[in-house]
Amino acid sequence: MTGVTDIQAQIDPLPGLDPRAALLQVDDLHVEFRTRDGVAKAVNGAGFHLAAGETLALLGESGCGKSVTAQAIMGILDTPPAHITGGQILYRGVDLLRVSEEDRRKVRANRIAMIFQDALSALNPVYTVGFQLAELYRKHRGMSRKDAKKRAIEALDQVRIPAARERINDYPHQFSGGMRQRVMIAMALALDPEVLIADEPTTALDVTVQAQIMGLLAELQHQRNMGLILITHDMGVVADVADRISVMYAGKVVEEAPVYDIYARPAHPYTKALLESIPRLDLKGQQLNVIRGLPPALTDIPRGCAFHPRCGYAREICRMDQEPPAYQIAPHRIARCHFIREVLGV
Amino acid sequence: MFRFIVRRLLQMVLTFFGATFLVYALMFAVQDDPIQALVGERPITDSQRAALTERYHLNDSFFQQYWYYVKGLLTGDLGTSLTGRKIADMLADAWPVTLRLTLIAIVIAATIAIVAGVISAIRRGSIFDNATLFVTLIVLAMPIVVLAPLAQLIFGIKLGWFPPTAGKDANLYELLLPAAVLASLVVATELRVTRASVAENLRADYVRTARAKGLRRGRVIGVHVLRNSLIPVITLIGVDIGALMSGAIVTEKVFNIPGVGFNLFRGIRTEDGPLVVGFVSVLVIVFLVLNLIVDLLYAVLDPRIRYE
Repeated sequence: MTGVTDIQAQIDPLPGLDPRAALLQVDDLHVEFRTRDGVAKAVNGAGFHLAAGETLALLGESGCGKSVTAQAIMGILDTPPAHITGGQILYRGVDLLRVSEEDRRKVRANRIAMIFQDALSALNPVYTVGFQLAELYRKHRGMSRKDAKKRAIEALDQVRIPAARERINDYPHQFSGGMRQRVMIAMALALDPEVLIADEPTTALDVTVQAQIMGLLAELQHQRNMGLILITHDMGVVADVADRISVMYAGKVVEEAPVYDIYARPAHPYTKALLESIPRLDLKGQQLNVIRGLPPALTDIPRGCAFHPRCGYAREICRMDQEPPAYQIAPHRIARCHFIREVLGV
Repeated sequence: MFRFIVRRLLQMVLTFFGATFLVYALMFAVQDDPIQALVGERPITDSQRAALTERYHLNDSFFQQYWYYVKGLLTGDLGTSLTGRKIADMLADAWPVTLRLTLIAIVIAATIAIVAGVISAIRRGSIFDNATLFVTLIVLAMPIVVLAPLAQLIFGIKLGWFPPTAGKDANLYELLLPAAVLASLVVATELRVTRASVAENLRADYVRTARAKGLRRGRVIGVHVLRNSLIPVITLIGVDIGALMSGAIVTEKVFNIPGVGFNLFRGIRTEDGPLVVGFVSVLVIVFLVLNLIVDLLYAVLDPRIRYE
């Protein structure tokens, strides 16, 4: 860091911020999309918490509200059609849903940053990666073009892009998929945020590259003691890197548990079904279990437990108006199912 | 890039000769009695007629006439109009004023189209969006033969804000009203294209990234969205410049501007073959050069495009 000032020293203060408060806590978040075809309830009371240095996986099928939750935390939902209708998002004691738009903007990238799935479309095609990286230092830290460029090269070095000094002048389409995702990571981490949300960061990549990217993310997270929310539908990725898992279904967290427990003994029928639908070598030749049916339409979520139409354990009580409460199974485990004992097999 | 330009320039030579040949053939085909057209209603003696016929090779075959023309062209002689003036001189007189008029018109059109187009795209469905749609539809539906005299009557004569006519050496202010009328020809499409392009880009993933980077809204739109959105708009503006230069016939006539359209109109009416071919040939070149510039600009705006 030659001649360039410490970037953390220049961050604008956020009113009400308590450095000792929990890093991130989402409570009872509700998001709906108001469209001409009706109101789609994308997130229905999602809640979870994240500590510094911890990796939380948000797991679920497409359309379960995990990406919308992430975008609500970032504050980058398009309103309209999206409306946050309830809940709170506490970052170090500050409810992000109640701060001014200007303060909110400064939280992005500075304190909470995000990586997107497809780096090719997530990067602007007509600007060099150097420009897109330097822009962060110039606009958030008031650096000169020269200093910002120096910083951008360092940022690319950190995500181990070879010949960063030359590649800074290349456009996104001139990078390979894995290198592009590294650029995204460099951009997200440029201002040293405390929370990183990675929305399916490896879905668009080859399997070998996936492992490299996940390894890089884990390493950078460890160095910076950063909280990481990993959004994915890939149970394999989760097992390697996550500390805890929140399984989402129809906009709600249906099970939350440390990663080991969930793989050993899932408590929610949905989690169990997800695990059984992973192809396994020791079960080669056998019929693979699939979850019957489709995830519910968000305009018409089933009453009671949203999973009941697809659930093998479902009984009359599951179809009732009252949805199952969050049963505490162990100190750090909850599941929203009336029949956890049956699912757990105790 | 260099090879691309050379190839395009060679293509232009072929296109140019093809186009002049076609125009020459068309003018030849419609020629009825150019000498009578030249003198108008007055009678003409046989000896005068014979002299003029001899002078302009009117009795020769089409191919012979075309050969004379091309021979002149290659030696830098654009020929002589039936009025006796050198066509090169007429071009030199007409082009500057048309060029000025067109440039003012395109600046007016592009400014309105881009500013209003971006705002409408950001506020889709708003009053502003619907109002611009309404106004542009009216302007688009109004033929220039109505619009030009109307504007002249209202703003030039009744209100007196602008001079009702502009001459050969018209200044910027005098050209403003005809330029605005000319701009109305293209502003509607340019605005709609801008609006559609911006609206599409606003939904793009990279815009979400730009917002996630904590950039101000003005920067997200002004820097990230705009550059991507302008790519199709620039193409359209390039084509429009050419269209306006050749399409200013009515406007130039109404506002009495002795430009390209003005001369073309007269040439067609008096069956002045060399005049029409001369002007159209230059227009063809202008079109070709503009298209080349647009293609090159395209690569500047979008780094994914590379010409080999």
